[in-house]
Amino acid sequence: MTLMLFLLAVPTLAAALAAMCLRNLVHAALCAAICFTGVAALFVYLGAEFMGFAQVIIYVGAIAILLLFAVLLTRGFETLSPLRARQVPWPVGVMAALITLAVMTISVVSSPSLLRPRTAMVLRTRQVGDRLMTDYVLPMEAIGLLMTAVLIGAAVLALRDSNGAKRRRVP
Amino acid sequence: MNPLPTVVLLSCLLFAIGLGGVLTRRNAIVVLIGIEFMLNAANLNFIAFWRYGPEPEALRGVMFALFSIAVAAAEAAVGLAIVLAIYRHWRTADLDDVDELRGDRL
Amino acid sequence: MMFADADQFFVRLKATWVALFPGQMQALVSVTTNAVAIVVTFALLFAVTTLLERKGLGRMQNRYGPNRVGPWGLLQPLADGLKMLIKEDIVPTGADRVVHFLAPVTLVLCVILGFAVIPMGHNMAATDLDAGLVFFFAAGAGSEVAVFMAGWASRSKYPLLGAMRAIAQVISYEMPLVLSAVAVVMLAGTLSLVGIVQSQEGYHWGWLARWHVFTPWGLAGFLLFFTAALAESNRSPFDIPEGESEIIAGHMVEYSGFKYALFFLGEYLGLFALAGLGSTLFLGGYLPPLAFLNWVPSWIWFLFKLMMLVSVFIWLRGTMPRLRADQLMEFAWKFLLPMSLFNLVIAGAWKFSRTWSVPGGNLSRWLMGAALLALAYLALSRLFQARHKPRVYRYV
Repeated sequence: MTLMLFLLAVPTLAAALAAMCLRNLVHAALCAAICFTGVAALFVYLGAEFMGFAQVIIYVGAIAILLLFAVLLTRGFETLSPLRARQVPWPVGVMAALITLAVMTISVVSSPSLLRPRTAMVLRTRQVGDRLMTDYVLPMEAIGLLMTAVLIGAAVLALRDSNGAKRRRVP
Repeated sequence: MNPLPTVVLLSCLLFAIGLGGVLTRRNAIVVLIGIEFMLNAANLNFIAFWRYGPEPEALRGVMFALFSIAVAAAEAAVGLAIVLAIYRHWRTADLDDVDELRGDRL
Repeated sequence: MMFADADQFFVRLKATWVALFPGQMQALVSVTTNAVAIVVTFALLFAVTTLLERKGLGRMQNRYGPNRVGPWGLLQPLADGLKMLIKEDIVPTGADRVVHFLAPVTLVLCVILGFAVIPMGHNMAATDLDAGLVFFFAAGAGSEVAVFMAGWASRSKYPLLGAMRAIAQVISYEMPLVLSAVAVVMLAGTLSLVGIVQSQEGYHWGWLARWHVFTPWGLAGFLLFFTAALAESNRSPFDIPEGESEIIAGHMVEYSGFKYALFFLGEYLGLFALAGLGSTLFLGGYLPPLAFLNWVPSWIWFLFKLMMLVSVFIWLRGTMPRLRADQLMEFAWKFLLPMSLFNLVIAGAWKFSRTWSVPGGNLSRWLMGAALLALAYLALSRLFQARHKPRVYRYV
């Protein structure tokens, strides 16, 4: 039981750490894709199968691809910019993350365990569908609206503006 | 033995890793990856509490996580579109270089 | 009685094999046997299909296909396999070795995972997941990353361009694919593929099978699914990413030897998976078309339908010219996507009008649905043709 959790968690966290530390952006994005798959596997382990598969489709199938395309289009794979003094040295960021981790860990470990272990409940997609159409129909419509806005907005933002931009030779 | 604290600690670790990346790295795309890790950690938390918490039939955790995934996808799309627009103008995806609105250095 | 035995032959074979092992290991042995059986079967089918394709294309192009190796060229796949194995494995000097190696592996892995949920016969789905269809599409999502890995790791212009085009094509055509499958889910009421096949059991008036393809939305959905499946597996006429006369081999150009064979295998396995899914969703999976034919085992029906679809794919490859990259994208976004959305609406109307008392009964529902879909097809296909003026020839 715990072995399975351990086997799923270690690659996920290792991939996440690698994604944050690697300098090669494409490798970082690929490690992020591995981490997303690991989180999806954890969802399936916790019994929410539909969520796990949806996570793979959306995160690995769309967001990871988007990240990789962005790396390509912003030439992230070329040589890094010349080293100069950072505005905030990196140990500060790491320290802040570690402090946050410490606070969260202490609060988790010291909270009384009110939750008794439950028998396994496997998520049936039909229940998700029922809830979406009855209790959560308003958020679902709102998400639809949001997706439309994002579709149009992202396309407009990334559009080349052709009025006034000088034609440049592609380097 | 209730596995809930283990899974919550796992999600805290993932969140901290994402947070460390967001605060440390300079490249905008890696920062977006870090944000996605933080959102994933929160989703993991929701699903864990759905599974081991009271009243799993109400599906609240699953619903929240589902909408969170949808919104995260939307935010990644818009965020990357912004990064592309910035790159097109300043020829850099480095967050330290995009500081035109910054006043006098403190 | 004997025919029921033939139908469940493989199921009982596996049960006998698994019973040989102690109780603790039985689950593991069962899963491993499933995986090995699927891989072996579809790899053999891949070999047969390469031969079928080459000979079929050859005949369509008025020539014999390969006919030197073995009688009528039947041992050609063996020769091909041997050639691929003994070829030198060249990796470009600037290439990213780890990613270059992992790309074909990831592709084949993700594609084979998709076979786990397809019911290949009665009681013969490797796993009957409750959200089986979503699992299938999730397994396909991994192959996009693999294509990018292949294109980028080769550190060269052509693979990168080919990979970007291939990914753009795959994500564009994924939408009509998923939407036409969603129409089926709406009617069948379940995401489990076994459940979808079971919802197609029974016969209208005793002889016409209740397959989804015999309904107006099902026919349109099947054609949409079919077209999108052609594009998803980068096959002609959508094979710009790997068209030999344009971009040599697209994202696979820097691969040689066994890794190229793995890409080839992955592409064909993807084709089989999509054809299997198409026949499960629309053509009734392992169900026989006519009631009196159910003495033929169900896995034979599945195989037959799969090979029929693959033959039509090969036929299309030999017949139609290749679409240009922008024509391809326009086709997906401006025709297939609105058509599949409209199809979804018609499928919904079909489902809910089942309980209404429509004058004329089922026939009028059928005709109405077909008429609306034909109208949508005409509107969408003619709407974007206004800007193509007659060709002007200039002889300077």
